[in-house]
Parts: sequence; structure tokens; C-alpha cells
Amino acid sequence: MAAGTVCLCVRIYALSSKIKRQGLIIPTVKGVESAHMNANAKRSSCVPSSSRKLLTGNEAAALGAVLCSVEVIAAYPITPQTTIVETLSEAIAKGELRAQFMEVESEHSALAACMGASAVGARAYTATSSQGLTLMHELLFWTAGARLPIVMVNVNRAVGAPWNIWADQLDSVAQRDTGWMQFYCETNQEVLDTTIQAYRISENVLLPSLVVMDAFYLSHTWEPVYVPEKRLVTQFLKQSYKRPILDVNRPCSFGALAGPDNYFIFRRSMHMAMEEALCLITQVGTEFERMFGRRYEPVEEYQLKDAHSVFVTAGSITGTARNVVDSLRVEGERVGLLKIRNLRPFPIERVRKALMGKKRCAVIDRNLSVGGGGVFYTEVKAALCGCKKVPKLMGVVAGLGGKDVKEHDLMKVYRTLERDTQGLLWLG
Amino acid sequence: MARVTQVTIPRQMTELISSGHKACPGCGGILVVRHVLRIIGSKTIITVPASCLTVMEGEYPRSAFKLPLFHTTIETAAAVAAGIRAGLRAKQQNDIHVVAFAGDGGTYDIGLQALSGAAERNEDILYVCYDNEAYMNTGLQRSSSTPYGASTSTTSSDNFKTQQKKDIIQIMLAHNIPYAATICVSYLDDLKMKVKKAASIEGTRFLLALAPCPPGWGYSSDRTIELGRLAVRSRVFPLLEAEHDKIRLTKRPAKIPVSRYLSMQNRFRHLTDQEIARIQENVDDKWRNIFKAE
Ligand SMILES: Cc1ncc(C[n+]2csc(CCOP(=O)(O)OP(=O)(O)O)c2C)c(N)n1
Ligand code: SF4
Ligand SMILES: [Mg+2]
Repeated sequence: MAAGTVCLCVRIYALSSKIKRQGLIIPTVKGVESAHMNANAKRSSCVPSSSRKLLTGNEAAALGAVLCSVEVIAAYPITPQTTIVETLSEAIAKGELRAQFMEVESEHSALAACMGASAVGARAYTATSSQGLTLMHELLFWTAGARLPIVMVNVNRAVGAPWNIWADQLDSVAQRDTGWMQFYCETNQEVLDTTIQAYRISENVLLPSLVVMDAFYLSHTWEPVYVPEKRLVTQFLKQSYKRPILDVNRPCSFGALAGPDNYFIFRRSMHMAMEEALCLITQVGTEFERMFGRRYEPVEEYQLKDAHSVFVTAGSITGTARNVVDSLRVEGERVGLLKIRNLRPFPIERVRKALMGKKRCAVIDRNLSVGGGGVFYTEVKAALCGCKKVPKLMGVVAGLGGKDVKEHDLMKVYRTLERDTQGLLWLG
Repeated sequence: MARVTQVTIPRQMTELISSGHKACPGCGGILVVRHVLRIIGSKTIITVPASCLTVMEGEYPRSAFKLPLFHTTIETAAAVAAGIRAGLRAKQQNDIHVVAFAGDGGTYDIGLQALSGAAERNEDILYVCYDNEAYMNTGLQRSSSTPYGASTSTTSSDNFKTQQKKDIIQIMLAHNIPYAATICVSYLDDLKMKVKKAASIEGTRFLLALAPCPPGWGYSSDRTIELGRLAVRSRVFPLLEAEHDKIRLTKRPAKIPVSRYLSMQNRFRHLTDQEIARIQENVDDKWRNIFKAE
């Protein structure tokens, strides 16, 4: 007789029907004033129930975890992530957060411990960077396959050899196929806000989230950040259903042997969950705006409507590109910006809609898939494949290993793009 | 000589492994899991890394285990177990046992880092290594637990293993954990005493269980219990326990020569008398050391 029946499949189906049943509607919270609804609201708005603080990206990340009342933290130090865990351990010492803090002997064990904690229903958190994230590679797959809603912050840092501790997205783009959602943040505010939304989204679709920020440009740079009230964050994260966990009263297995047919079903369900996540990211973003005044989507369009030429960016380079677009607009150039927030799930339709009909497009990558090009470039190219009115595409590899990408660099990119250049451009 | 040694299995305890599991006939590993779980009871969460045990549970959607089970990667059993404990603490569920069952490969070799980390932090987990002295799931390759002289699929009989079996108990004791012991399903009273003790202690507890493997060791599947007895009586696998670092022997059966144990298994068939004498010497040395430490 089979006793503890494995329930993974059941829960995936239950999940998709649950989301359908709820129509992906997130309970609205009354009594909170909503701020401006436009996409740039986050740059100027504020809601009454938040305070404003000067925070580094790492402090914003840690504060995000505190506000989410994470229950288990397991981490291992690596530059430039270290201050995230230090801030968290301080928060625990001061009694601002009640969490189990595990100082494990490697990132590999950090994620393994998070898996164990998450599997018994605890909200688990870790943060890492570069060598740490790549060391976790095998477990990234396992976390996603076991459908555990862990949130991890990764500070984008170059991967060796040679040693380099500065900003480069290679560590996280190399984890693209592991089944984790990936959110690339432009500002420290976005790091804090995305951490909160990531738990909400992950705990709904049962896939883990990687919240990504650039080393030093964000992680160690102070910016003013609106800090929401914990009470409201708790309300925002309230779950209406209980996800399946390891429970002695209702035994089930996670990750048991599955034959080809079942394996196929599991993988496909993960893909479906990613697709559901894509809708949910927008809806959670809207709900977040209603409560906290800042709106988020998988992509953000900036000055795109009448643009002929478009910059496509992810991460902190976006801020530089905004300024360049502003100055070029003053000169009367019809140029815009498409910021991509999610590498996974990749917002294919949104990218198509934003770029189709444009004349030229430069995708800027602070990463290089050696032998392939920038990863966002190849993703955008694939998304546009087969569409009508595809713009001329240029891939720009820029800022590897922390090399500064300045406004005049992007001006140079623009001039090159205006000559209808296609293929790869090396900025550096 | 009787081929089957009779043992009594206490009836009042519930079985937490059902029939229909996928272990080979005579598998020592599944017996270890079965008996440990009978004593620990059903308020237990277990984790299992890649090993024969992964397969033994059976294929989705069926499970032979009546307990919540987290399958994990081969090197993470201790870290996952520690995480489960942290999660349970966060949820204020403090009356649940957390047990990791791992093979020798997942313990002595690839999982040693996570195990050492957990032991150093004295994580509140029970770690049980079922030791079949090779990588069985992948088809009998050598591990650092494979004993001197054994042939495996990567150490053939004319190129047998010339290194000694790693002393994992000493490694664990070097971490100053509260409890470590060796167990063997051929001595159920001893096993029961140790599992009970382990279950009652807080912190990292380590049990090393001899797990004879008929296809891997090359003996007939009805002789698993007998082979376990020979391992203990020949002192190849002494039954001992250590609370913190104080070692003591828990069984002192009349000594038999190691050749009786070795000759029952094909993996040692190629050994010459000199080699066997060498193994005997090693076994005697180790025994004296344990006595000295007692
Ligand atoms: C990282 C990694 N490397 C290799 C394997 C393949 N593998 C699966 S089980 C196993 C052997 C495990 O041996 P042991 O822990 O002694 O357990 P046994 O199979 O003997 O029961 C190996 C090498 C794996 N699953 N993961
Ligand atoms: S190969 Fe050995 S350890 Fe594995 S199931 Fe068979 S008897 Fe048990
Ligand atoms: Mg083995």
C-alpha cells in the first residue's frame, strides 16, 4: 500500500485552478490613499504611511526582508553582499525581526537550509553574489523543481577567473534556466519594493524569486528610499491559502523519482506557473501601487510612444539611459527607453508590443554569454523573431566587470545606432 | 551452520515503511531505515539525498514511506535537515524529530562539508548514514568508505582498493557532537537502545549503520543478518557509542577471525592470505585503540 502519496502534481493543478478561480485578483486593502498611477510614480510619489530614509541597496534589501517578516535566514558572506546579512543579523539582535539566523559553511548549504525551512512552511531568505550564486547552481534547479517560494537577493558581480568584485550581470543571467523568476532593479527603492512583491508572487505561483541589483552602483550607494509600514506589508503579503508543506499529520514527499511522463508534466507546470507569474507581476504591481504609491511591471516604457530609436536596458544602467533620453529629447531626437525588469518570466508580448514598428533598437547588456553575445540582446531578438515591422537590432556589450557606463558612452551608442548599425557593439 | 539467524522484531511498534518499496531483496539499507523509524516514531520529518534510498521510496505518485520526506541533492542532507529544524523552530513546532538518511557517498565524500558544518554548529538533527561501503546507486563504484582490499567497479580484483576505510566516527567526534554511535540491524536490542538515546538528546547526533548490500558485496540475499553479525564479531564493525568524546563498546561478542567475514563476500575473494593477515592486523590495532580510549 502506498502511504504518503506524493502531492506535488496535485498541488500544481490545484494552484492553477486556484489562481483562475480568484481571477488573479489580489484582495484590495481599503483606507490607503492611492498615489499617481503613472509608470514613473515611484520617482516622485509618496504615501502617507511610509517614512523616507537614506539607504544603500544592501540596506534596502535587508529592510525589505525585515518588513516581510522572514522566518529563516541562511547565508554565507561574499563581497558585495555582506552588508545585507550583517544588517539582518543586527535587526535580529535589536529585536526588530524574529527569525532563525543560520550562519552556514557555504552558499550551497545556505540554499539547502532555505529549502528545508521553506519545505516546512517557513518564509526563507538568503542573499548572495557571483561565486556564491554560481556555487548554488544545482540547488537553484532543485528549489524551483520542488516549488519552494524562496526569495534571494543577488548582488550582480562579475564571475572569475580573473577575480573581479564589480558589477556584471553574468552571475544571474547564467541562472536563467533554473526555474527562478528574476527581477532586475534600477534603484534602491526598487530593491526594497521588489523584495516585498517577490514574496507575494512566489508564494502564489510557487516558484522562487531572484531579486537582482548591480554591485556598488546600488549595493553600496545611498539613495533616498520610502520605507513602508511593516503593518501594511504584512497585510499585503497575507495568504488566503496554505501551500503544501512537510507535515507529520499529512505525509507527502517532495522531489521523489518521476518517470518521463510525470517529469514532463512537472516541467510543463513550471512553465505554466511562469506564465501565470507574468500576469501576477503586473497585478501585484498595481496592487502595490494602490497601497504604497509605486507601480511596477515586467517592463517599463519611457518616452517610447513616438520614438524611432530605443534603448533597451536592465538594472542600474537604466538610470543613465533615462538621462540620455532626456537630453536627446531636448535636442529634438525621437528616442525612448524600454526597461526590462524580468529576465524570467520573459515578457515576450510586452517586448514585442513596445518594439514593433520602431526603426532601431540598441539592447544594452552588462553581461556576456561568451560565444553568444549579451543575454538580454539574444532574448529580445528571439522575442521579435517572426514579428512584422521588426526594428534594426544592435546588441551592446557594456560595463563588464564594473566598467563605468557614462552618459557620453550611451550618446556614442545612440550615434552608432542612428547609422543603422546592426549586430554586436563593444563598448569598452 | 545455520544460514538464517533469527531475530525478534518488537510487534507493538508501527511500521513506517510499507511493503512494495524498491530495495533489492536482502538490502541492509532499507532495514536500517525501517528499524530506526520504528523506534523514532511517526512524528518525524526525513530528508534523503541521492542514493539507493531515493529509488527505494518508489516512483511518483506512490511512496512506500508513511512520513513526510524531502528528497534532496546528494551533498545536502545535513544542511537540508538543519533548515527543516530552523523552519520548525520558526513555526514553533518543537516536538518533531528531523532525521537525515544518507549513504556513505553522501556522508563520507560529497556530503562531508555540509555534515561538518551542521555538526560544528551542533544543529539539532539526527543524521543516519547507512553504510554499504560504495556508491551502489550508480553501480558499485569505490567511495572513501570502501574498505581496504575490496573490489568495486572502479577498483577491480587485480587492482583492489589499497586505502583504508575513512574513520567517519572519529571525524564526527572531532566536532564534539553530543552523541555518535554505530548500529547494525543484526543487533536490534543494541540498535534500539542507541536510537532511543539519540532521539532523546538535543544537538547533532550521528549514527553509522552497517548496511550489507547483496549485489554490491557479492553474497546471497538471505544472509544479510548473518553477515552483520560476522562484521561485529570479527570486530570489523565494532558496536560502540560516544557521548561527547567518551567512546565505549556496547557489544563485546566472542572474537572470530576476519577471514570468516571476508570469505562470505565476493568483493574480497581475490585476497591472498597475506592480505587477509594484514586486514586482521589493522582490525586488531583499531580495536586496541578503542579499548585504550574507553
Ligand atoms: C552532484 C551529483 N553527483 C553525482 C550524482 C550521482 N549519484 C547518485 S547516487 C550516487 C551514489 C551515492 O552513493 P551513496 O551515498 O553511498 O548511496 P548508495 O547509492 O550507496 O545507497 C551518485 C554518485 C548525483 N546525484 N549528484
Ligand atoms: S544495491 Fe544494495 S543498497 Fe542498493 S537497494 Fe540494492 S541491496 Fe540496497
Ligand atoms: Mg553507498
